[in-house]
Amino acid sequence: MSQKQMIKVGMADLNTSKEPGILTTLGLGSCVGITLYDPIEKIGGLTHAMLPDSTQIRDNKNKAKFVDTGTLQLIDQMIKIGAKQHRLVAKLAGGAQMFAFQKSNDLMRIGERNVIAAKKILQELKIPILAEDTGLNYGRTIELHTENGVLLVKAIGKGVKEI
Amino acid sequence: MSEIHVDHLNTFHLDVLREIGNIGSGNATTALAKLINKKVDMGVPKVNILEFKDVADILGGADTEVIGIVFDLSGDITGMMMFVLDQRSARILVNLLMGREIHEDEVFTDIDLSALQEIGNILAGSYLSSLAGLTHLKIAPSIPYMAQDMAGAILSVPAIEFGKVGDKALFIETEFIEGKDQVSGYFILIPEMKSFHKILEALGVSK
Repeated sequence: MSQKQMIKVGMADLNTSKEPGILTTLGLGSCVGITLYDPIEKIGGLTHAMLPDSTQIRDNKNKAKFVDTGTLQLIDQMIKIGAKQHRLVAKLAGGAQMFAFQKSNDLMRIGERNVIAAKKILQELKIPILAEDTGLNYGRTIELHTENGVLLVKAIGKGVKEI
Repeated sequence: MSEIHVDHLNTFHLDVLREIGNIGSGNATTALAKLINKKVDMGVPKVNILEFKDVADILGGADTEVIGIVFDLSGDITGMMMFVLDQRSARILVNLLMGREIHEDEVFTDIDLSALQEIGNILAGSYLSSLAGLTHLKIAPSIPYMAQDMAGAILSVPAIEFGKVGDKALFIETEFIEGKDQVSGYFILIPEMKSFHKILEALGVSK
């Protein structure tokens, strides 16, 4: 068995890979992980976005920080290495509410808002969402396997899910 | 006075932040020592200013399982306070407090978790009250919120707050160690930058 390359994606970060690379992000909390996959070319992409909407924030230089600009930049980079936008399919994970803060500000629902924003932009781009493991109140580690587009989702005490 | 931005702090600002960490965690460490009736050592406070992609690494890796007890801060100083332990330390600490034998592999009961939460409450209270006393500013912590989860997932919550105003996050982090039983963990103060100039002013060192 050949050693498959693991490519780590941090918070507010994105990356792409061709088969057989595995894109992974560890400890997704309220952030959302958006994975895209071209099943013909076997090209994968993963963005780890912190905030739903770049237009709501003054300082929006770092595109990977936001769901909207992060998704667009990820698609650009995937096209550059040979993917076709019309073939892309998406899977989502994360967007948890880690703490039940009682404060009535937006922080409380940021996870949920990240997931809603991800669905909105993917719908606008006509990219189908094949699966998701989002919300609730726990962290997730995810792995996108570019050889078959499988997304593994691991959570503490909950084992490994394949979506 | 213009707002101080996390991306442009000078060495003087860092010294002030480190000193805040020193005073706060000094008091919290003393409180912990009294609580378990053992000697507890404290490391030098670190002011971490990190790119978001590196944030999750400060507690030994993004997928390290930790117990975090978190307080939302309101009043003059806003932000978050965290008390973070690894699983093993949390177990030892609870057993010390309950006067039980130490078993490494038992699961936490509800009473254990509520004891941990209360320890967090006491320690955060002493950290914050020393800071409030020093600055004469009002700091009102929320009730404690606890999560047993991956370090990265827990740290994403304060990181997102920083994400709204810049591209780096600031954590004032102090490690503590109880020698014999090797309980170690962190006090982490995460001030919102808008409260930082209030702190400088209150200390009479704003320029």
